[in-house]
Amino acid sequence: MSVVQEREYDYVEGAAAGAVRGVPPVIAPGHTFETVNDKISGVILTKRTPIGWFLGFAIAFAFLMLLNLTIGKLLMEGIGIWGNNVPVGWAFDIINFVWWIGIGHAGTLISAILLLFRQQWRTSINRFAEAMTLFAVACAAMFPLLHTGRPWLAAYWLFPYPNTMGLWPQFRSPLIWDVFAVSTYGTVSALFWFTGLVPDMATLRDRAQSKAGRIIFGMLSLGWRGSARHWQRYEMAYLLLAGISTPLVLSVHTIVSFDFAVSVLPGWHATIFPPYFVAGAIYSGFAMVLTLAVPLRKFYGLEDFITMRHIHNMTKVMLVTGMIVAYGYANEAFFAWYSANPYEGYMMLNRMTGPYAPFYWSLIAINAAMIQLFWFRKVRNNIPLLFVLSLLVNVGMWLERFIIIVTSLHRDFLPSSWDMYAPTRWDFAMFAGTIGLFLSLFFLFIRFLPALAMFEMRTIVPEAKLQPEHHG
Amino acid sequence: MPQIFKPSANTLAKASIVGGLLLAVSLIGLLIGLGRSSYVTRAQEFIEQPIQFSHAHHVGDDGIDCRYCHTSVETSSFAGIPPTKTCMNCHSQIWSTSPMLEPVRASIRDDRSLRWIRVHDLPDFVYFNHSVHVKNGVGCETCHGRVDEMPLTYQQNSLQMEWCLDCHRAPEKYVRPRSEIFTMGYRPPVPQSVQGPELVKAYGIESLTNCSTCHR
Repeated sequence: MSVVQEREYDYVEGAAAGAVRGVPPVIAPGHTFETVNDKISGVILTKRTPIGWFLGFAIAFAFLMLLNLTIGKLLMEGIGIWGNNVPVGWAFDIINFVWWIGIGHAGTLISAILLLFRQQWRTSINRFAEAMTLFAVACAAMFPLLHTGRPWLAAYWLFPYPNTMGLWPQFRSPLIWDVFAVSTYGTVSALFWFTGLVPDMATLRDRAQSKAGRIIFGMLSLGWRGSARHWQRYEMAYLLLAGISTPLVLSVHTIVSFDFAVSVLPGWHATIFPPYFVAGAIYSGFAMVLTLAVPLRKFYGLEDFITMRHIHNMTKVMLVTGMIVAYGYANEAFFAWYSANPYEGYMMLNRMTGPYAPFYWSLIAINAAMIQLFWFRKVRNNIPLLFVLSLLVNVGMWLERFIIIVTSLHRDFLPSSWDMYAPTRWDFAMFAGTIGLFLSLFFLFIRFLPALAMFEMRTIVPEAKLQPEHHG
Repeated sequence: MPQIFKPSANTLAKASIVGGLLLAVSLIGLLIGLGRSSYVTRAQEFIEQPIQFSHAHHVGDDGIDCRYCHTSVETSSFAGIPPTKTCMNCHSQIWSTSPMLEPVRASIRDDRSLRWIRVHDLPDFVYFNHSVHVKNGVGCETCHGRVDEMPLTYQQNSLQMEWCLDCHRAPEKYVRPRSEIFTMGYRPPVPQSVQGPELVKAYGIESLTNCSTCHR
């Protein structure tokens, strides 16, 4: 444990500080280095996997198999199995892409921005939020790749490399910016996640009972011995990665919004899009973190580590970002009126009263009205209710993308090409399949890797504050 | 607690970082190289034909003009494969009993075409027209190579899109006077850097790189 004490903890207030101000602490009282290690590594270093885990994983895995089936069908028959067709050339494939990418943003925000702002409450949720980011990016990337119908050829459509056609991708297209934004995002998130895991891997290596465990965790810990030099380098690397990740929180969804904003289509061609999309991304991402945190802390008894403080803070972030999103909706309506552009005006009228109006009003009900509940402490303290609300937020954000994409496309400039869009069962199968993939990965993650950052948790227990002489 | 790894693990770890990078780079290099190799493009590969017809003999030794057999090259998208009758113009008189030419005689006797194997097979999604190239100063040799030196015909070039675009983007590098289209082993009398741009101007050659030029 001496290793941990050698670290610089000047930014850590300690658990008691929060309690003084009448807010719940970031870690329940009575924990020491040892109890933190035991609790978190105990989930992994046990031979007994809880039956509930198997049950959950089995369900998730069944949906993953549905994804495989859908992809097989898609590759054999082509994207005609989906419901999108002229004039709605983009539908579930881009809706789900934006939805998943958006969800990932909370992980990056928690790990990078909250680290730079020294928000110690990030400590117990950053690890699984980062994992969520990675898995969400994996799900998201699948949609544009499979949308091509022949993903094995997608390499030359997407990446600039000296191909035998003597062609480069269209660098003026936001779709190619997307490729760079998302692949950078995926790479940096993976690096950030793994770097953060290294000290915990060493803890697991040292505590593992089985030879295989020692070897696997030993390899993953990259020879970590916890010397002062290791910690110094680690802190620098982690800070640098946080610095690199921070702009990504804003840039990735900005570029995703360019997919729409750069085109000249009523309802898409708006300057509000980048901030509105980024806020929506963080909003939906925090909803997903909450969706995952609530069952996770309940099932593994982690209420001491993911406290009411975390739940409150996440809810507050959702409230703020949700109101920015609601402001975006108001702005869209305002632009439609103020621009006096008949196409913009019709687009808004069609959203509000057209065939997809129920979806529009549902998303307004969720993202503008329902989130006002988060103002109330009573709501923020009611965990089952919060779980339901967080699920609804994700439904609302999914509906938002549906409305933006489908209503702008299905009423084309020429009324002769107007049509309705309806997804097929394969659209739903693919979407449900990616949720299965996401949950399967998440189940594997909580079983085999520390879902909470042990060494960072150790910095917020009171014991970490006790030996000032070591700081010399 | 005993050590999990031997000291050599340190070296292995470092080597695997360098090795992994090298492996990734060489795999990408291999893929890029392999895509252009004659293994993929089938260039430089002799194709077995029903008769061992030698362009080297007919063009190189005998000096027969390309158009004697490929009659429609100046007027049609397709250069034309000669009917057996074209062969028999000469071979009813010379080598008329050669066992090597038995398939030709069988063809005329049974009134069945010879089944030549196509050597230059462009993908079906590409529109190609011989006449427009021949009219605009692209010599046979430019694409088909020294046919007069091929004992069995083979594909000289990759026929990949970057190869087409090499000329379409800068036709002045390859055009020759219309009088020299059917010449084999052509050497420009003045440097190509001088002659090329002049010919491009004189013939009004456009650099057509629009997708629908070829993908119609």
